[in-house]
Amino acid sequence: MLEFLAKLFWRDRDRRGSKEVAKERLRLVLVHDRTSTTPQLLEALKEELIKVIREYIEIDEESLEVSFNNIENSVALVANIQVLRVKKDLA
Amino acid sequence: MKGKVIVITSGKGGVGKTTTTANLGTALTMLGRKAVMVDTDIGLRNLDVVMGLENRIVFDIVDVVTGGIKLKQALIKDKRFEGLYLLPAAQTKEKSAVSPHQMKNICNDLKKEFDFVLVDCPAGIEQGFKNAIAGADEAVIIAIPEVSSVRDADRIVGLLEAAGLRKNQLIINRIRPRMVKRGDMMDIEDMIDILSVELLGVVPEDETVIVSTNKGEPAVIDTMSRAGEAYRRIARRLNGEEVPVITLGNEDKIFNRVRRMFKLASR
Ligand SMILES: Nc1ncnc2c1ncn2[C@@H]1O[C@H](COP(=O)(O)OP(=O)(O)OP(=O)(O)O)[C@@H](O)[C@H]1O
Ligand SMILES: [Mg+2]
Repeated sequence: MLEFLAKLFWRDRDRRGSKEVAKERLRLVLVHDRTSTTPQLLEALKEELIKVIREYIEIDEESLEVSFNNIENSVALVANIQVLRVKKDLA
Repeated sequence: MKGKVIVITSGKGGVGKTTTTANLGTALTMLGRKAVMVDTDIGLRNLDVVMGLENRIVFDIVDVVTGGIKLKQALIKDKRFEGLYLLPAAQTKEKSAVSPHQMKNICNDLKKEFDFVLVDCPAGIEQGFKNAIAGADEAVIIAIPEVSSVRDADRIVGLLEAAGLRKNQLIINRIRPRMVKRGDMMDIEDMIDILSVELLGVVPEDETVIVSTNKGEPAVIDTMSRAGEAYRRIARRLNGEEVPVITLGNEDKIFNRVRRMFKLASR
């Protein structure tokens, strides 16, 4: 059964043609290239995020990570934020 | 006369900058314009051999900036095409033998005399690139439909914009219609979409490019060359004419039809 599914999946990937893979990979790599030419962008974004989130939730500001990822054919901005405590008066 | 300086660049090496410079320079003079091609690939000059002018070099660009040689003395006149000239690179010096400031002066002097100053940029983003773009009014970016080339082209567009160049147009080179059709090569739309720059033209993968380079005659003078035809169309576009970009599937069909007609006629 698993083998069957795997085969289906691979066949699907093959049929799609390598150009779709190329496009997907390019999108992500270019987002990285473009933002790393202005490292200020991600830093500024991080600062703003912290400011907004801090109003509602107590977070571990040191461990906050913001990055770009390839998720299901599109580029996603992923923020990994460790929650310490939700503020009482808002809960 | 006040012409424009167009730098032909790509980031990645070997994608067709020199081929494009030679073909567009020639095609523009075939349209009756005056054009000069400037080879800025100091240490690795090639535009001279692609044009078949390697035996005519006396002075080069480094002689002009350092040796007290007049610009006019270093220009090689291409006797086959009225109004076409080449300013060769030096072969034994390094990129640092010319500064961006000196390059800018040369470009400014040349555009007083020529309608088009085409600057063939070396690969990379270092000194040679900085020199090549120093005097440019516009840029033509060459990319082939491969991940590494598109990535480099994107980087180049960023650097050109940072340097204040506003008009940056793309030529997609070496496209193979059959691979595009089966989904194994990025198409024109894919590349424009990813790079978000204006398209200047598309040049197919074509053996006649190698044949013409072997002979030192640009492909645009071969009426049966598909790459030559593509370059002639791009030249008309640079010259201000509205020429539609042929999508490659169609071009293939049209070309085959024309070829069939020729075959029938010659029987
Ligand atoms: N449309 C094409 N079809 C077939 N071959 C091509 C095409 N365009 C370029 N070539 C070939 O690709 C090779 C590299 O071309 P060219 O020297 O113009 O690239 P370049 O970008 O100037 O390289 P460099 O970065 O080393 O200066 C040459 O052998 C040339 O003949
Ligand atoms: Mg070259």
